[in-house]
Amino acid sequence: MARAVTQRRKIINTAVAWSIGLLIFFPILWTILTSFKTEAQAISDPPVFLAFDWTLENYSVVMERSNYMRFLWNSVIIAGGSTILGIIVAVPAAWSMAFVPSARTKDILLWMLSTKMLPAVGVLYPIYLIFIKLGILDTRTGLVIVLMLMNLPIIVWMLYTYFREIPGEILEAARMDGASLKEEILYVLTPMAVPGIASTLLLNFILAWNEAFWTLNLTAAKAAPLTAFIASYSSPEGLFYAKLSAASTMAIAPILVLGWFSQKQLVSGLTFGAVK
Amino acid sequence: MSFKTSLHAATAVTLVMAGGAFAETLTIATVNNGDMIRMQGLTDDFTAKTGHEVEWVTLEENVLRQRVTTDIAAKGGSFDIMTIGMYETPIWAKNGWLVSLDDLPAEYDADDILPAMRGGLSYDGTMYAAPFYGESSMIMYRTDLMEKAGLEMPASPTWDFVADAARKMTDKDNEIYGICLRGKAGWGENMAFLTATSNAFGARWFDESWTAQFDQPAWKETLNFYINLMNDAGPPGASGNGFNENLSLFQQGKCGMWIDATVAASFVTNPKDSTVADKVGFALAPNNGLGKNSNWLWAWALAIPAGTQKEAAAKEFIQWATSKEYIELVAANEGWANVPPGARTSLYENPNYKDIPFAKMTLESILSADPNNPTVDPVPYVGVQFAAIPEFAGIASQVGQEFSAALAGQQSVDEALAKAQALTVDEMEAAGY
Repeated sequence: MARAVTQRRKIINTAVAWSIGLLIFFPILWTILTSFKTEAQAISDPPVFLAFDWTLENYSVVMERSNYMRFLWNSVIIAGGSTILGIIVAVPAAWSMAFVPSARTKDILLWMLSTKMLPAVGVLYPIYLIFIKLGILDTRTGLVIVLMLMNLPIIVWMLYTYFREIPGEILEAARMDGASLKEEILYVLTPMAVPGIASTLLLNFILAWNEAFWTLNLTAAKAAPLTAFIASYSSPEGLFYAKLSAASTMAIAPILVLGWFSQKQLVSGLTFGAVK
Repeated sequence: MSFKTSLHAATAVTLVMAGGAFAETLTIATVNNGDMIRMQGLTDDFTAKTGHEVEWVTLEENVLRQRVTTDIAAKGGSFDIMTIGMYETPIWAKNGWLVSLDDLPAEYDADDILPAMRGGLSYDGTMYAAPFYGESSMIMYRTDLMEKAGLEMPASPTWDFVADAARKMTDKDNEIYGICLRGKAGWGENMAFLTATSNAFGARWFDESWTAQFDQPAWKETLNFYINLMNDAGPPGASGNGFNENLSLFQQGKCGMWIDATVAASFVTNPKDSTVADKVGFALAPNNGLGKNSNWLWAWALAIPAGTQKEAAAKEFIQWATSKEYIELVAANEGWANVPPGARTSLYENPNYKDIPFAKMTLESILSADPNNPTVDPVPYVGVQFAAIPEFAGIASQVGQEFSAALAGQQSVDEALAKAQALTVDEMEAAGY
């Protein structure tokens, strides 16, 4: 009897989990479906789910109108560059906070996080002026720097949390064996924190890929990534939802595939140290 | 090498160098709408004629506004040409941010530009932006529903007629609503419509000494009329409806009338997207017998930011994109129904264009709007659906939220007007008026 109840609960849990999963995924699914509809079908009331004349016309219009590959390449460079640079800066910072904390470490960590509470638009103009002075407006270099700085508090926090789970004695043993600081971080700490670093890397890559405020405001024609590609299909005067959906699907497809294949690493990294 | 060969070689080198020196790559910021996208598709014609290349930065209207404003204020130099509207042009020209366009050659025929458009895009009598296309607002109505209601739409109806017709056309059981109007908060959304409407009711934003006027009876009459009408004959959830939402409702046959941008006429009469394409009539935006109609005036125009290194090439582009020849180029490629409307007088004299069903009403709507004399009583500002001062966008966005909340039933008309008055007075005092 008890076994039957457990089985029923299992089925219910699975059903609930699938329902929640589908609910969360539904907006993406709807965007993908809309991208294969005509503009008239995209706004039809009642909405059509699958029974419509599937068309690739929107994709062909988008490909004809925009240089998708240039936007995609910019996204890869900007998201990848800012994430890698962020990890290079954050690993030593998180190491010092986790293994040689000072009396003010916790205050510094909180202060770092507080920078995320400032609305981005509040610093748009000063950063814009700095970019003009440095000559990095509408460049991938400029965006790599600014996105790295934007995501740095999260990277440091995540790495700090993972590093704290690693026994300090192991590092101490490495030091006693004559390892330099560089060797200690590179050959002892980093390999042990690979799941944490990998999930930090993935999460920040996704955050940088989807970042839309700075990528729209600091670019023009040369360094614009896929967020600008999507924005170019949004219109307050005209119903172009099917084309907008096609552009959105093309923009999210690479990151969706990446997330799908790396979900195991992402989940294991994010839950690292959550259960003792 | 003979003298002749040397001469040929020297000429060839000179030509190549001259081409290299003068061929520029222009970066142009623009909005995503049908006319602008069409222009992007025809850019090869400009390149073939001038040798200049063009790089487009297409953005959604609100993003574009923020993007180009930041760039021009900071002298970023990201763009050689910017797409701006009638609101920005006089303000930016006053700040010295734009290059004057008064020196375009005679063959450009600047006098052919509709006077209302040229006036709205000028500052101190000098044109600073060239209209790519212009629009006003008008009534688009269902001829079959009007007939069923036993009414005939006059060419220039009153608000009383429109309200009566809307109530008679409404059939909520069958999801048909007599009138669809903007309710979504925003200075370019509900406030564009309500400011233009208030002009017909004798209201105004400011008196001649820049005192806010929301505490005056004309505004109360405007807002009461609008909200009562929408409650009786509008669609549910109207406080969230902007241009696109109403376009969708109209195309699906759910609106008896829709008062909005003249550019919508080509959408609602397109059988590919609209279920009521062959049942649409047009009329001037309503009036209240006070000499002002409730229609606005807007133009998307091309302007050159001061300080660009490519001023000459930018002027060549503007000359090409806003010329009579460009209109003919679009007509040859896409048909006369798709040419950019509302900018040039000659278009409306063209016999090919006169056959387009909404052409005449679009022109009459544009001609009936006067940005320099928008209200019944005198005002110190220019603009029909806005006041061309830098503070307006911020103030109107907040006022729009109060009016949208009143439409949603979250507060009374009196409360909304009292809040609008208080916040406008505060903002104007802070700005030093």
